[in-house]
Amino acid sequence: MTLLRVTGLRTEFRAGGAWHAAVDGIDFELRQGEILGLVGESGCGKSTVANSLMRLLPGTARIGGGTAQFGDDDLLALDEVRLRSLRGSAIGMIFQDPMTALDPVFRVGLQIEETLKQHLGLVPAAARQRAEELMRSVGIPAPAERLRAYPHQLSGGMRQRVALAIAICCNPRLLIADEPTTALDVTIQAQVLELIRTLLVAERGAGVLLITHDLGVVARVCDRVAVMYAGRIVETGAVTDVFGAPRHPYTRALLQAAPTGEVPRGQLPTIPGRVPVLAARPTGCSFRPRCAHAEAVCAVPGAADPIPLGPDREVACVRHAAL
Amino acid sequence: MTAELQRPSLRRRLASLGRGTVAGTGLIVVLLLAALFAPWLSQGSPEAMDFSAVLVGPSSAHPLGTDNFGRDVLTRVLFGLRVSMAAAVGSVAVAMLAGVPLGLVAGYRRGWIDAVIMRPADVILSFPAIVLVIALAGAFGQNLGLMIVTIGFVYTPIVVRVMRGAALELDGALFVEGARARGASHLRVMLRHVLPNAIAPVLVQASALMGVAILMEAALSFIGLGVQPPTPSLGLMLSDGRSYMGQAPWLVVAPGVGIMLAVLGFNLLGDGIPRLLDPARRARA
Amino acid sequence: MRAVAHRLALLVPTLFGASLVVFVMLRLVPGDPAQVIMGLRATPEGLAVIRRDLGLDLPIHLQYVTWLGNLLSGDLGQDYRSNVAVTTLLAVRLPVTLQLTLMSLALAVAVAVPLGLRAAMRPGGFADRTASIVGLVGISIPDFWLGIMLILAFSLGLGLFPSSGYVPFSHSPVDNLRSFVLPSLTLTAGLAAVLVRVTRAAAAEVLARDFVRFLRAKGLNERAVIYVHVLRNAGMPIVTVIGLQFGYLLGGAVIVEQVFGLPGVGSLIVNAALERNYPVVQAGMLVVAILFIFVNLVTDMLYAVLNPRMGAGR
Repeated sequence: MTLLRVTGLRTEFRAGGAWHAAVDGIDFELRQGEILGLVGESGCGKSTVANSLMRLLPGTARIGGGTAQFGDDDLLALDEVRLRSLRGSAIGMIFQDPMTALDPVFRVGLQIEETLKQHLGLVPAAARQRAEELMRSVGIPAPAERLRAYPHQLSGGMRQRVALAIAICCNPRLLIADEPTTALDVTIQAQVLELIRTLLVAERGAGVLLITHDLGVVARVCDRVAVMYAGRIVETGAVTDVFGAPRHPYTRALLQAAPTGEVPRGQLPTIPGRVPVLAARPTGCSFRPRCAHAEAVCAVPGAADPIPLGPDREVACVRHAAL
Repeated sequence: MTAELQRPSLRRRLASLGRGTVAGTGLIVVLLLAALFAPWLSQGSPEAMDFSAVLVGPSSAHPLGTDNFGRDVLTRVLFGLRVSMAAAVGSVAVAMLAGVPLGLVAGYRRGWIDAVIMRPADVILSFPAIVLVIALAGAFGQNLGLMIVTIGFVYTPIVVRVMRGAALELDGALFVEGARARGASHLRVMLRHVLPNAIAPVLVQASALMGVAILMEAALSFIGLGVQPPTPSLGLMLSDGRSYMGQAPWLVVAPGVGIMLAVLGFNLLGDGIPRLLDPARRARA
Repeated sequence: MRAVAHRLALLVPTLFGASLVVFVMLRLVPGDPAQVIMGLRATPEGLAVIRRDLGLDLPIHLQYVTWLGNLLSGDLGQDYRSNVAVTTLLAVRLPVTLQLTLMSLALAVAVAVPLGLRAAMRPGGFADRTASIVGLVGISIPDFWLGIMLILAFSLGLGLFPSSGYVPFSHSPVDNLRSFVLPSLTLTAGLAAVLVRVTRAAAAEVLARDFVRFLRAKGLNERAVIYVHVLRNAGMPIVTVIGLQFGYLLGGAVIVEQVFGLPGVGSLIVNAALERNYPVVQAGMLVVAILFIFVNLVTDMLYAVLNPRMGAGR
């Protein structure tokens, strides 16, 4: 069952007096009980997608168009009050840097409890009880004591678990995780990812939008993946399909460039060129300047429109068949 | 294709200053000039009494009215401004002359020198400035020169603290280490390298202090511990004018506005100093 | 807690230092206290007697020790003119000054902090522009002039408040408060200006931090975000500034008491200075210094309470 359907999402940033689209018309779908990975290099706009869905954009940005259907509501058009009631309850979100995600002057227990009070109206005693349970469920040892800790007294991994506890405290149907493991040690990364899968998908049947630049993370825990480049989605599909048989030149290049742990011979392959600046995106397909297979037809507007390849499989390359 | 790093033109830098700073500087310049040319801009002598025109309101002959002795208020305000400006510049000069070297040494050398300099400074700072000045003024008598030195002395610890803080920030900076490695003496390092780079916050503080010094002089004169008559002072004018406030409100409005404009000017200027220094610094780097 | 212990340890030397400054300053004064007391009736024998009474014939360091000893046992000397014990004078006047400073402080915080918060929340908005103006004008305006203007407008003009004088609270609460309205407003201006600037800057800095975004992402209502989280985080620099500015308040009280004829410690010091009444000036200065040092200590402790990282020694 579809949890979230995004169509034509367009988010613009103001730079140098003009508005430029950081996210330029993307569509995707997230289903109940699945983890969708949104992957791409820094600057491709994936975090902006997350912030747009929750409408937490900075003052220099605005939503330029599109819909994000979540149940009966279009997240992008919702009024503040209703949106706030969804945030933290039906939709949970965790961010990248656990160091700065929690308020440093309040104990972590209180920060969980205030969410519970806000959305579920629990009395302090009940809230404390529930907070303790939540801490235990995210794998924090000695939860009763840890409730009284301040953020700076906990390690990065612990803090991310607390953030997760806050995000799931009201049993959300959707979790948006924006680079949740990037700032963590590799061993902790695996634990947190596993936790996300268990707590949300296995236990609650929720859907997770997992944003990351790390292909390994996607491979490990995601069911489906959407690859982003320069504000657009270039390929979507099940992880096994996309990683096993990538159809878009960019996806292929990304997979080639990822170190596989084998002893490298010579240099690691890289993708030549750089991600285009917001204001200077090429017409047609944005990847054109860096693509080994680009031809004249790629410069035509519409060259990068998504083409369905089968149920649940899309690629945005006009020349995909020839490659 | 390396872009050339050019120092932004003077005009560009001035334009980036913002209206506030420009207004402030303009204000100060105007007031300074007015004070300087007071004898020519006004009726000449602030003490000239005219008993035929006592407590007259603003008119063409007396743009700001006259006081209870028939003295022209505008003239007295302009001459009073001289005293205020002198107090501001003088006391801050004293505070800087004493405070900058002390703060520089304390922040650069640290250790026991720092403690020896900072302990007395901290003790002096535990008194509100005006209380100290009142006590000292009461003790040493009241003339403008002594008052300037007194205010300067009381403000020295503030300058010391700011200078020391700025110098401390540069502790361990590469260019300092580099200079020392090249065999430069401590004195040379302090003067050539640390001082120019750490002076910015001190200048901001100095500007603010000038404003405060004006307020201080005016307050002291107001309560009778500052400049004594017949020397005109804006504070004195306010205290004298109080008795006639009911019949002649202009007596208390003009001097106060004068004080406020001068302080406002210095504060606006002080706010703009960081903006002036930063872009220039960035271009030089 | 380490920083507070550090402050406490410095407390005693600072107090001693302050007493030393007070003592030295007034002993440096040219002129002979004995002469001042006797005035025109001075005779060599009389002067000698007075000098011995005041301990002026002792070497200077012994004078300091005696003075300090007297101090610690509660004897602050006697008023030269009236021979009333200085402690009595202070006891009567201290409540007045305290009432003035505390009322001004409360007023300044009540006005400046919400204004600064709102200004940070909406840059360029009405609150922001008002805050800028208040911030600039408030620190440029001479407080005694503001007092006079307020008297002109509200006392002489509208007759709403008394232009001077003090009525003890016990006599008439209403009159007491009425006599403090204009003086408090006068003293508040400068402090409110500084507080608005600091609050706005601190709040703006906090609002830009990640955790605020996370608070909103978990659906916390805006009221709680601003008045619980942002305020608490911004509270630390604000409290520090209040402590530092208390010195300004005390100094300002000195002048404002003169303008409004309030019989507080400030006007006591001023009048005594004008009369060259040294024991009183000394005692007044000491009281003021002790108050200021004490307030700074309280501020530091408050900072330690507000900032949980202090315990970790950061």
